[in-house]
Amino acid sequence: MTQTVRTRRRGPDPRAVRSSAIAIVSTVAVFGLVGWVVVHAPGWPEVQASFFNAQVFWESLPGLLNAFVVNIQLFMIAEVFVLAFGLILAIMRGLAGPVFLPLRIMSNAYTDIFRAIPGVLVIYLLGFGIPGLGLIDPRTDQRIFGIAALTLVYSAYVSEVYRAGIESIHPSQEAAARSLGLSRFQALRFVIVPQAVRRVIPPLLNDFIGLQKDTVLVSFIGVVEIFRYAQIKSAATYNFTPLMGVALVFIVVTIPLIHLVDWLVARDRRGAPVGSTR
Amino acid sequence: MRRITITSLGLVAILAAACTSAGSSVAPSAASPSAVAVVSSAPSVAPSATPDACAKASLTLVTPGKFTIGTDNPAYPPYFAENADKHTTPPWEIGDPTNGQGFESAVGYAIADQLGFDKADVTWIVVPFANSFAPGPKTFDIDLNQVNYKTERTQTADLTKGYYFGNQALVVLKDSPLAKATTIAELKDYVYGAQVGTTSYDAIASVIAPTKPALVYDTNDLAIKALGDMTIDGVMVDLPTADYITNVQVENATIVGQFEGGTPEYFSAVLGKGSTLTPCVDAAIDSLTADGTLDKLASTWLPFQDSVPVIKP
Repeated sequence: MTQTVRTRRRGPDPRAVRSSAIAIVSTVAVFGLVGWVVVHAPGWPEVQASFFNAQVFWESLPGLLNAFVVNIQLFMIAEVFVLAFGLILAIMRGLAGPVFLPLRIMSNAYTDIFRAIPGVLVIYLLGFGIPGLGLIDPRTDQRIFGIAALTLVYSAYVSEVYRAGIESIHPSQEAAARSLGLSRFQALRFVIVPQAVRRVIPPLLNDFIGLQKDTVLVSFIGVVEIFRYAQIKSAATYNFTPLMGVALVFIVVTIPLIHLVDWLVARDRRGAPVGSTR
Repeated sequence: MRRITITSLGLVAILAAACTSAGSSVAPSAASPSAVAVVSSAPSVAPSATPDACAKASLTLVTPGKFTIGTDNPAYPPYFAENADKHTTPPWEIGDPTNGQGFESAVGYAIADQLGFDKADVTWIVVPFANSFAPGPKTFDIDLNQVNYKTERTQTADLTKGYYFGNQALVVLKDSPLAKATTIAELKDYVYGAQVGTTSYDAIASVIAPTKPALVYDTNDLAIKALGDMTIDGVMVDLPTADYITNVQVENATIVGQFEGGTPEYFSAVLGKGSTLTPCVDAAIDSLTADGTLDKLASTWLPFQDSVPVIKP
């Protein structure tokens, strides 16, 4: 026993060192090769000047960030509605009892339809369709139609995430809550939903990331957000670098979130077994 | 986790490397604004184009023996014209560039004629706007797509001398309070729309400077749809397009007026950066200007210029 401990203390495990070294070498080799091939392609100087032009990048960055404020407005406001509306849909879907059949059908049909239709179409139909009806002020800010469309689409996905969370809570939880004298609604409100939501935070964040990226689709109904601004800049300069700037802004914004999701999933794996509460 | 971190680090490193080296390679031209100024004041940097270099036989062409002209599809009037029987040569929609009717079609054939090509040797191909300046070999010899000359654009592509000098115009619905406006001051508190990538959008900001943000659509047609729904109060377009919209596309629309002043705008043919053809096309446009052909074509296909009132500041 002591023998083993002593060998361990002498230094890091040689097998670990070796595998780290291989990982580093292979990583450098692969990225180096990809980089070399791209940089030595015959059209690289032209592509570089067209897509990675530092001068155009720095000139367009302030405008890009300014336009990104619109995207932030869109996804922050839409996310609030998505989380609320998605939960209502999921609860409607989970209602037991024959009386609630119409609600279940409605929720079912809703999630089916809005997960089937491409998001950009919903944005198009709302942005160009609703003003034509003449029911509301046609000069309503187009961002509102964008938020409405994103809410319609993403609450369909999010309601399915909630539903999976609610169904993953063991029925004994509800039975126990009811046996303590809680009503069906109280059991849902204080026992089932809190546990379910905590469990589905990683997939909810995933949908939030998707929502963030889909805000660029609102450009289709005329809103000058970051992508449309980049298109304008790109056409004015005959250079694609502003679009690379959009990619960079989204990378900077979403990568921390993606890693937060990874971390949450990893923490869940290490955490308590299924069915227990934390 | 660690793998992901290494991956993203690698990506960031590649991006950074790409940008840094781009910076160093671009810096020289950026650091000498005089060089840019020379380009802007004289689009034909190489006036040394001797007649021999522009002889039909010595031209470097995408398809040998053919003069290939690009433009976007649909090809809209009045730049391109419908055939009398409404049929177009595939793949063209609405207008048909191959019939020689319509302003840009006529200009294309006139330039080709100057360079020594018969009508039968001219080929028209579809080139979406973004493709006209995308890196890589060009599929066209020249691109005629109502492209306004901009100095920034000449870093990526060759833009020829102007073949049409025109103003921006504002289109509104006839029953709009804007319809009777005569000064820019009356235009401030409205929402305007334009097509993405056009100088019309710049004109909204620089000429009208409205208090509300403008909306920018993928096509003029979508901007017109928004105008019809009253989502926007006016559409900014170039004058010939304004004429087409009000005469053909939207019955109850009218042109408030055209905007003058500022830097005059003109349409240029687009060629690949450093194309050997550019000086020849410039020379062709020069002689078409000198002999009055361009004026004649403009007054044939775009005859409304003087009849549209100018909006005063």
